[in-house]
Amino acid sequence: MSAIEETVTEAAAVEAVPKKAMTLGYGTSLAVLVLLIAVPLLVKNFIIFQLTMLLIYAVAVLALNILTGGSGQFSLGQSAFYAVGAYTSAILMEHGGINYALTLPVAGVICFGFGFLFGQPALRLSGVYLALATFALATAMPQLLKLGAFEYWTGGVQGLVVTKPDAPFGLPMSQDMWLYYFTLAISLAIYIFSVNLLRSRSGRAFMAIRDNEIAASAMGIDVALYKTLAFGVSAGITGVAGGLGAIAVQFVAPDSYTIALAISLFLGMVVGGVGWLPGSIVGSAFIIFVPNIAEGISKGLSGAVFGVLLFLVIFLVPHGARQGAIVVQHLIGKLRGN
Amino acid sequence: MTQAQLAHEAYPLLAVRDVSVVFGGIVALNGVSFDMQQGQILGLIGPNGAGKTTLFNCLSRLYQPSSGDILMEGQSILTRPPHRIAEIGIGRTFQNVALFPNLSVLDNVRIGTHSRTNSDIISDSLRLAWVRRSEAELNKRVHEILGYLDLEDVGHVTVSGLPFGTQKRVELARALAADPKILLLDEPAGGLNHEEVHVLGDLIRRIRDERKMTILLVEHHMGLVMSIADHVVALNFGRKLAEGTPAAVQSDPDVIKAYLGSKDQ
Repeated sequence: MSAIEETVTEAAAVEAVPKKAMTLGYGTSLAVLVLLIAVPLLVKNFIIFQLTMLLIYAVAVLALNILTGGSGQFSLGQSAFYAVGAYTSAILMEHGGINYALTLPVAGVICFGFGFLFGQPALRLSGVYLALATFALATAMPQLLKLGAFEYWTGGVQGLVVTKPDAPFGLPMSQDMWLYYFTLAISLAIYIFSVNLLRSRSGRAFMAIRDNEIAASAMGIDVALYKTLAFGVSAGITGVAGGLGAIAVQFVAPDSYTIALAISLFLGMVVGGVGWLPGSIVGSAFIIFVPNIAEGISKGLSGAVFGVLLFLVIFLVPHGARQGAIVVQHLIGKLRGN
Repeated sequence: MTQAQLAHEAYPLLAVRDVSVVFGGIVALNGVSFDMQQGQILGLIGPNGAGKTTLFNCLSRLYQPSSGDILMEGQSILTRPPHRIAEIGIGRTFQNVALFPNLSVLDNVRIGTHSRTNSDIISDSLRLAWVRRSEAELNKRVHEILGYLDLEDVGHVTVSGLPFGTQKRVELARALAADPKILLLDEPAGGLNHEEVHVLGDLIRRIRDERKMTILLVEHHMGLVMSIADHVVALNFGRKLAEGTPAAVQSDPDVIKAYLGSKDQ
């Protein structure tokens, strides 16, 4: 319990130089972008699929980062928003015959509404209690999706199979590669919008609430409105990630969206650095690849190895990837100085 | 002059009318009334527990008075939620500094303009042209205030790393950013040394004269209140003891008995 609360204060403490530290410089951003564009040209389809998932989870981690790093609210219920987004896309595509790309904004809007509404009762809660309330949401979601009443739409326990889209305009690329670039474009747009948002009047209102609610209110900030808006935005982005996930995996089923997913996303946020948006992709890489690495080290004890690796990360870089970035920046600065 | 303007002129800028606050069985304020006129520096004094901060918190709507009313230009403020006080022109600072510790000085002061600006999350995310224009205007204003309070050098510094005296100035800058009609200062001299208190006194007067604000000063520091206030209200045990010019209040026998005689003078 207290560990969670400590994360908040720690996180807040790192959120030090918001202007620059919230994002990367232009040079670094460009380098990362070039890398993200080039890598799929050099690797096999399965790896491309994994990279697509990397981007999708990065978007989901980013969404949580806006909520926790931005407005200081906790959520262990992101898997529920992800599930709603995934099912919205899947149902629209399979039952409605709607184009996959068009299902994403619908998933985003529905999840925004869902998050905004959930944010209303959550207003009365903060810290660990809020984490527990969202935890309840995450626990309930898979069962709600299995309900007989919705079975016609959701496919019940069986879930729904989604058709994988082909590259449009007869582009000469595999389905996986097309989906990767499609996901990359959407992730990039979401990243840019999120950075804009956090640097704007609304973003400052989020951060003011995170730092001091009473002072925020005295400055004219409607604390309840902005808290629920933060929930809505976070849920909306998570919903888009969920929709992308459904398209990429070509399958939605209730048990893909358990509390384990929510905890993974939370883990990704902490490893990436709470409040540091570019860290989201590092956090996402951690939750996707480290379990595989752990399995490579020892099949029988993969969980234990993962635990040890996680422990090392928390112990060595408690502020996550941001801390690593700051160290690297210093090193580069020193090298230039010499 | 039109009828409306006449009516407007007739009201004091702020009127506290018979305000009482009861917490459980404890009467923190008991029928306190006074007026604040445009351009005044009004000093609110009283020993510890006299009800100064309680009254202050009623003005910023953190507490709801049990009875009585508070009128701003003739309109009651008591129907407004706390976050809608800034927009009618009441700004405040806090006794123990309530800044946004993880944000830069610039961002703290930018947040001060929240009640004077507009935006929505979609326009903000897309950074539409009007948002960019509004941010540019806002930044100009924020830099003007930082210059005014000599904070330009620390603009990009995170406030939690600044010395206490500077933090107090940042808080003042944040309050000024909303360009309030009334500025409520809760013990601005607390934690400052003799020299700093002197500078602060000049600054408060300058703010009143140059920025056309009316100031309510809640203060322990007698010297400061007596040297800069035009009008003083003395409280004790939740009641108003005396009211008038600093000299009159200072020589009021009740005030001397309750406060000055035994403590500061």
